[in-house]
Parts: sequence; structure tokens; C-alpha cells
Amino acid sequence: MQESNETLLIRDVLSGRLSRRQLFRKAGMLGLSVPAIAALLAACGGGNDSTTTSTSSTASSSTTAPSGTGGSPSASGSPISTGNWKPRDVKVNLTGSGSSFVDPAMQLWIEKYKKLAPHVTINYQSVGSGQGKKDFIGKVTDFAGTDAFMTDEELKQAPGSLHIPVVLGPVAMTYNLSGVSKLQLSGPTLANIFLGKITSWNDDAIKADNPGASLPGDSITVVHRSDGSGTSAIFTNYLSKVSDEWKSQVGFGTAVQWPVGIGGEKNPGVAAGVQQTPGAIGYVELAYASVNNLPIASIKNAAGSYVAPSLDSTSAAAAGFLNDLPDDLRVFITNPPKGETSYPITGFSWVLLRPSYDDEAKAQALTDFCYWAITTGQEVSKTLEYAPLPNEVLAIEIKKLEQVQAGGAAVFQAPM
Amino acid sequence: MRTEIQTVSRRSRLGRQLQHGDLIFWIVALLFAVLVVVLLAAIIGVTWHGSAVARHAFGWQFLTTSSWNPVNGQFGALPAIYGTIVSSIIALLFAAPLGVMIAVFLNALCPMKLRMPIGMMVELLAAIPSVVYGMWGIFVFIPFFRSYISTPLSKTVGSAVPLFAGPVNVGRGMLVAGIILAIMILPTIAAISRDVLAVVPNSQREAMLALGATRWEVIRHAELPYARAGIVGGMMLGLGRALGETMAATMVIGNTPKIHASLFQPATTAASLIASQLPNANTDLHSSALIYLALVLFLITLVANSIARALVWRVSRTGSGA
Repeated sequence: MQESNETLLIRDVLSGRLSRRQLFRKAGMLGLSVPAIAALLAACGGGNDSTTTSTSSTASSSTTAPSGTGGSPSASGSPISTGNWKPRDVKVNLTGSGSSFVDPAMQLWIEKYKKLAPHVTINYQSVGSGQGKKDFIGKVTDFAGTDAFMTDEELKQAPGSLHIPVVLGPVAMTYNLSGVSKLQLSGPTLANIFLGKITSWNDDAIKADNPGASLPGDSITVVHRSDGSGTSAIFTNYLSKVSDEWKSQVGFGTAVQWPVGIGGEKNPGVAAGVQQTPGAIGYVELAYASVNNLPIASIKNAAGSYVAPSLDSTSAAAAGFLNDLPDDLRVFITNPPKGETSYPITGFSWVLLRPSYDDEAKAQALTDFCYWAITTGQEVSKTLEYAPLPNEVLAIEIKKLEQVQAGGAAVFQAPM
Repeated sequence: MRTEIQTVSRRSRLGRQLQHGDLIFWIVALLFAVLVVVLLAAIIGVTWHGSAVARHAFGWQFLTTSSWNPVNGQFGALPAIYGTIVSSIIALLFAAPLGVMIAVFLNALCPMKLRMPIGMMVELLAAIPSVVYGMWGIFVFIPFFRSYISTPLSKTVGSAVPLFAGPVNVGRGMLVAGIILAIMILPTIAAISRDVLAVVPNSQREAMLALGATRWEVIRHAELPYARAGIVGGMMLGLGRALGETMAATMVIGNTPKIHASLFQPATTAASLIASQLPNANTDLHSSALIYLALVLFLITLVANSIARALVWRVSRTGSGA
């Protein structure tokens, strides 16, 4: 009974008849549990590229070793092989809180991981990145999920906290212009729109980005997030990099003082604001935009080509940053300096770990879970439209995991 | 003389309480009553303590400046305070006359058969969750409002009166939020007004009728003055709800911490600003400023309540003739 309902739902989503929100509602009405819904979503997102073969024993063999930092910079290459590695199935409860952006991936990981290590119980609450960091600093939780890396001030309160990027999140620009199915924007144009300097869609700057296209004379309405969010942080960071005026007037952060526009609550609020207002433009997470079939603009990258957000163009952007990654991985990877195919508005979402835990079992389980999430788990999160981390970043992250200690001894050793 | 009797009876009552175990009940009841006071004190204590950083940084200027900039750590609450008060006053302006009229109709003019169903439906409005009002606002009311009210108004009156100036293509804004809030507080005002009108003694009506008054005159000169205190109380309860309403306001007001002259422009309220930004506040100053704002909101409701008390007190002393 339930099985057939699920298949029906999957078909609906794949054919685009159901949005993710609608799916949630329907699934709720059918009485499916949260993990079941997450599994459903995974199945849906997976489409035809055979879903999630995720147990370590079945993971494929011939890929780059973790130590191979000098390898090819192909961002979308296959994930690092985990060989015969198996997570340690210690009996322990792990709690984490934070970013709502990473929450769908986290819940799916937790569910899949449960099959590999049944005694490890992980509980993640999506309370927002800010609160997640507070909980982590106050030692209320064992780990945090955050879209904004810790400030120096926060690092002082929790010295040595390790930043482990777990997913890559592209931010998509969505718009409402009847008759315009393809829109291209350059960074400075986008910044001037959000500064309120470009107020009409047939402005010369927009025309220059879209040669040959016929643009209506509608006035532009800017829609931004009203809540503090990592999506806003990534977007405003990008604008700061492409426009000095934005940098000096507004700056970047999870919440900023927007020069113009209206605020919508979370992704659905922004999407509704854009869809209901002719001439509106706003930014949402790519996963949200593509599940809801919102029109998406292509953005000009530093190499000069207009690129639409996708998993590949996002991974390419992260790869474009490889030479500029700081050791602690606290970095915005917007507007990558090179790469023809990279989409410029994208960012990491991190898991925060302590350098040392009192409880050895906890440390073991946490490092194993993170290692699994950034390797095999990437294939799982891909089904939810999170771009996989490039191998080169993984190599740095694995070294970080190996630094985690309990009682003065390292608890994790990556398989070779 | 009188007090003497009272003390005697009190003493003997206490004796009876001891005997019958009523003392236990008295203590339990007292505990619950004290709990409310403790809770209130705890809320004040937490907001006071939590807002310390922002209070030291901004002091009273917090109330008079209007820059809300988390990036450079400048916080001024004026737009939020302005938005809270203006949207609530708009709500009251719409809901108060409507609510009283509904109550009058239900009490004096409504055919018996309709009284129950209409009364129940008005009360049902109070049971609808605020997020549903917000959804309705976004998907039904705002498109309607934009097509038939704000666009024509801004094109005609708006060119001369800044209060109704455009652009209106966003739809979300102060006036929309005020109207949605009005619908939300309508049942409170209507239900309380109906209840107080129902207890107006018949002798009052009969006296008016004996003087040859029309139905309107009975309502205008006998019923409404008699019930004035209760009606004002109901309005103030409604105002209280409007001041603190978060979800529906957040969804329709546009969430822009700026003061615009036009009612068609987006604004923000204290409650919606706190709800949107607190979970992701990244600096101590930011979260502290939001808690400071909560303290200010608390003060606003306190002031509104005090004004209500004073009004009820004045009205009941001069008005009702009781």
C-alpha cells in the first residue's frame, strides 16, 4: 500500500507535476515518516542515474587516492574511494544543530548511515546557522552545521574548531519577466540592480548582457531574504567581490541592510514574492529553484562566460579556488578567478568539529560519519541537488579529520 | 463599624479553612498566582540581561535611530517600532467599528435563526492559525488589493497624497498588513462587544423605548454608552494581539526596516524582525539588539495595556451610569 503510494509520488515529482513542498504535504497525508520522505526525495532526485550505492563494500574501486593532491583538477570526477573502509559501530549518541540549508542532506545521511552503523544515533536539528554555532560554542552539541564560517571572535570562544565543508550550495537568480525565457546578467549589473541603480529591465546594462533579446520596460522589484541566512551571505559576498560600491555601501553577511526591495521569509517567501510580482528578481537555493521549475538566470563568471547554475558548474567553481584555499577552509568561494564553466555564486556549508573530545566513542563516531558524508555521502546528497565536493578539497578535509583527538590520541585514520 | 465586622468574619473564615483542608487549596491557588508573577519577572529579567550589550552600545538612541545594519553593527529600532504601532493602529481603525457593528447586529437586529451561525462564524475567525491568514494574504488578498485598490489609488490620489504613493507592484506593505491584522483581531472585538452588549439591562432599553426612541436611538443612547467600558476593553485586547502578531505580519508586510511615508510601501514590525533574524544572528551585538527590541516591544504592549486600563476606568466612571 505504502509502497505503491511512494512510487506514485515519485512519478509525479519526476514528471514535474509535484513540487518538493507538495511532495512533503502529500507524503505527510499518506502518513509517511520523515526518513521515508527523505528517502523518497532521494529516489526522486536521483532520476535515472542509478541511485545511491552507498555501502562502503560496494563503493567502486579505481579512483584517486586521498593523498593524491597533485591529481587532475577535474572537479566533477568520481569520489574518493573508501576501499573496504567501514565506520566503527560504537554505541553513542551524537547531537548537532545549525544550518537549515544542509538539513535535507544531513537527514538523508543520518538515515543511510544508520544502516552502516546501527548503534550510532545521530540527531541533527535545523535551528539556523547562528544558533547552531552558539550551541556548539556553548558545548550543548557535539557538532554544528553552518553556512557561515566562524568569525575570529567566535573562534576565540571555541579555539581550534575545525571547519569541514560537507556540501556545496549554489545560489540561483530567479526572475519574473513574461516572454523572457533566457536571461543573462553580469556581476556588476546584478550589483547595480540590488543597489537600486538599475530600475528598469530595458536598461542599457541589461541589454548589453543580453544581445538580441527583447526586454520589456517593466520596473525591477528586488526580492531578498528577510531572515538571516547563509544563502544571503553567499550572495552578498559575491556582490561585494564584483562591485566596490556594494562592498563599501552594504557589505556581506547573513543579514544586511538592503538598499532596495522587499524581504521574503526563507526560500518559499522569496519565490512567492518573485512569482507574484511582474518584473521581480530574487535569489534562492538552486535545489529550491529547480524543484519548483523557477526561471533561472545565467551569470557571467570571471572568465567572461555566462553560466547557469548546475551541480557541475558549482563543483567547477570550487575547483577554481583550489590554489587559494586557506588551511582552515574558512573561505567564501564566490566569483572564482578562473574556470570557463564555473558558476560564480556558490558557497560551502560546513560541519564544525572540536579539535578534541572527552568521549572517545563520540570522537570516533563523529569523524567516521564526517568521512563517510564527504566521500560516499556526496553521491547521496547529489540526489538532493547538492553539488559534490571536489576531490582536492576532500584531501584537505580528511587531513583535518585526522587531527581530531580524544584523550590526547588521534581517533581517525583515513584508509589508503 | 464595617471594617470591624470584616476582620471578625475574616478571622473566623481562616479558622474554617484550617479545619476543612481549604488551606491546602488556598496555598496551591496562591502558588499558581505567584507563578504568573515569577514568569513575568523571569521574562523581564532575561530580556534585560540579554539586551545588556545593545543597551550599553546604543542606549536610548536605539529608539530614535533608523539604521538596521547587521554588517557594520548599527542598530536602530525606530522603523520596527513605527511599523508595529502604525500597522496595529490601522488594524484597530478597521476592526473596531466593524467589530462593534457586528456585535450590535447580533444582539439587537439579527433574526434569532441567524444569530447562532453568524456568531459562531465570527468566533471561528479567531481559531484560524495566523500562518493561514498570511497565506491567504499572499495568494488571495494581495493580488486583489494590488489590482483593485492600491494601483488605482496610487495613480489618482497617490500623486498628491504621499500616504498613498506608489510604486505598488510589490503588493506587500503596511496597509495590507494592517488589514490582515484587522481581520485577525475582528473576532476578539466582536465577541467581547457582543457579550457586554448582551448584559445591558432591559430596563435601559425600555426606558428609551418609553420615550419614543427609534431602534437606532436605543442602541446609540442606551446600549452603547452602557457597554462602553467593555467595548473599549475588547478593542484593547485586539490591539494587544495586533502588536504582537508575528507570522501573518512577516508574510505580508515586506520586511524592510525603513520608514516610508506611503502605506503601500513595505515596512517591518518588531515581532517579525525578531522572528526572522534571531535564529541566524551571527554577532553578540546583533542578537542582543534583537532582544533589546523584544524588551521595547514588551514596553509598548505594557503602555498600550495601561492606556486601556485608564480608558476603561475613565469611561466606566463617567459613562455607564451604573
